[in-house]
Amino acid sequence: MVAFLEWFGRLVVERIEEVGRNALFLAEAVRALVTPPLRWRQTFRQMEFVGVRSVSVVVLTGTFTGMVLALQAYYGFRKFGAEGLVGTTVGLSMARELGPVLTSLMVTARAGSAIAAELGTMRVTEQIDALEVMAVDPIRYLVVPRILAGLAMVPVLCVVSDFVGVLGGYFVGVKLLGINSGVYVANTVKYVELADVLNGLVKAACFGFILAVVGCYKGFYAPGGAQGVGKATTEAVVLASVLILISDYFLTAIMF
Amino acid sequence: MAEPIIVFDGVHKSFRGQKVLDGLDLEIPRGRTTVIIGRSGGGKSVTLKHMIGLMRPDRGRILVDGQDITRLEKGALNEVRRRFGMLFQEGALFDSLTVGENVAFPLVEHTQLDRAEIERRGSEMLVTVGLPGTEGKMPAELSGGMRKRVGLARALILEPEIVLFDEPTSGLDPIMADAIDRLILRTQQESGRTYVVISHDIRATFKIAHKIAMLYQGRIIAEGTPEEIRRNPNPILAQFLRGTAEGPIQVQ
Repeated sequence: MVAFLEWFGRLVVERIEEVGRNALFLAEAVRALVTPPLRWRQTFRQMEFVGVRSVSVVVLTGTFTGMVLALQAYYGFRKFGAEGLVGTTVGLSMARELGPVLTSLMVTARAGSAIAAELGTMRVTEQIDALEVMAVDPIRYLVVPRILAGLAMVPVLCVVSDFVGVLGGYFVGVKLLGINSGVYVANTVKYVELADVLNGLVKAACFGFILAVVGCYKGFYAPGGAQGVGKATTEAVVLASVLILISDYFLTAIMF
Repeated sequence: MAEPIIVFDGVHKSFRGQKVLDGLDLEIPRGRTTVIIGRSGGGKSVTLKHMIGLMRPDRGRILVDGQDITRLEKGALNEVRRRFGMLFQEGALFDSLTVGENVAFPLVEHTQLDRAEIERRGSEMLVTVGLPGTEGKMPAELSGGMRKRVGLARALILEPEIVLFDEPTSGLDPIMADAIDRLILRTQQESGRTYVVISHDIRATFKIAHKIAMLYQGRIIAEGTPEEIRRNPNPILAQFLRGTAEGPIQVQ
């Protein structure tokens, strides 16, 4: 009984400590984010890594998502003769939902994991300690550039994804399924508004923030050894993905 | 011995209920090499990390030139840290930077020197540690001993008053270990800086130390000049210096 209480008590204390550490990390990161100086060189390097090098994977997933959306929408709309609305459905779905969500999930898998692995390795090989010893704030040097990269580049990638998604949808809808091209385009332009796209971009920025913060946090506090880095990386991807999907609902509900 | 530059005053530190430092009292003399010896996992690294504020004690004070660093906030602590250099166990070089950029890193961060001057000083420091012309290499291409020497170059480049060494010779072959010892000895003699070394390498310890302190179960159980340490009758110290599994120190 005593042993159980001890175990349970320690578990609770550890969880509370974890939450506190998390909050402190976030507060420190945000404070460093909004106050100068900014590490421009590091930031651009991270933007290149998170953004530019994710383009191919985002183009690929975005295109096929748009294509499959067109197929599925066509299947449904044909039942009541509204094939003309396929373009609208693809456009709205991509802009409001699938563009931001799929883009950020792909970037999480690609860059979020890499961030956790890199910072985790730096932690266990004492490189983060070395920065501190040399009086360089590791939050400013390592964390802020990555968060900025996530914030800035995921929305950009989202635009790319929206664009190729709509193209993919057009290709399937018009070229393969034979929907009238004029109707398809007109319905897309008419019903997909700028607000829908912006709505998606706000989400993308939030998701970019989430995946970068989670990756940095997990890496920053990676426990010792190669195993610890692996664990941190896995946890970062899982946690960021879950948080993105949960926050997606609430963001959608707020901006409805 | 010279007046102390760093003083540990009753420092306690526990991790998950396990006591690592148990009221540690220790004085580091200015301008000398102090070697802290003790068993692996006996709190030597923890002691070193307290000196530079990477860890904060649960209780007790740590004075650097009379200033208690345990309660300093980030900015003030960074001021103190700029008086230090530290050589980490595996070198802790930044993987994404070249050797030259690693060595120059503190200069880039903390001085206004122009690029040419920074490069010149970096190359000079690499010559000092016996690695001329390696500026363009990446840390991954270096052997363990070379990485430590680059780490030492980086630690020394700002000419710090105090240099900390975390197991400078562990994991090296005897010849490389001796080369590192000589480097420590030579740079200390030339500069007259305060060196603090933690080690469990007995042979090296007697070669480089002005003062030796033995850390055991979170406290200093013996300290003095190498000569005094040799004559010290403490059975725990004697067993450690002999390096045998039999004696008062139990091997778990």
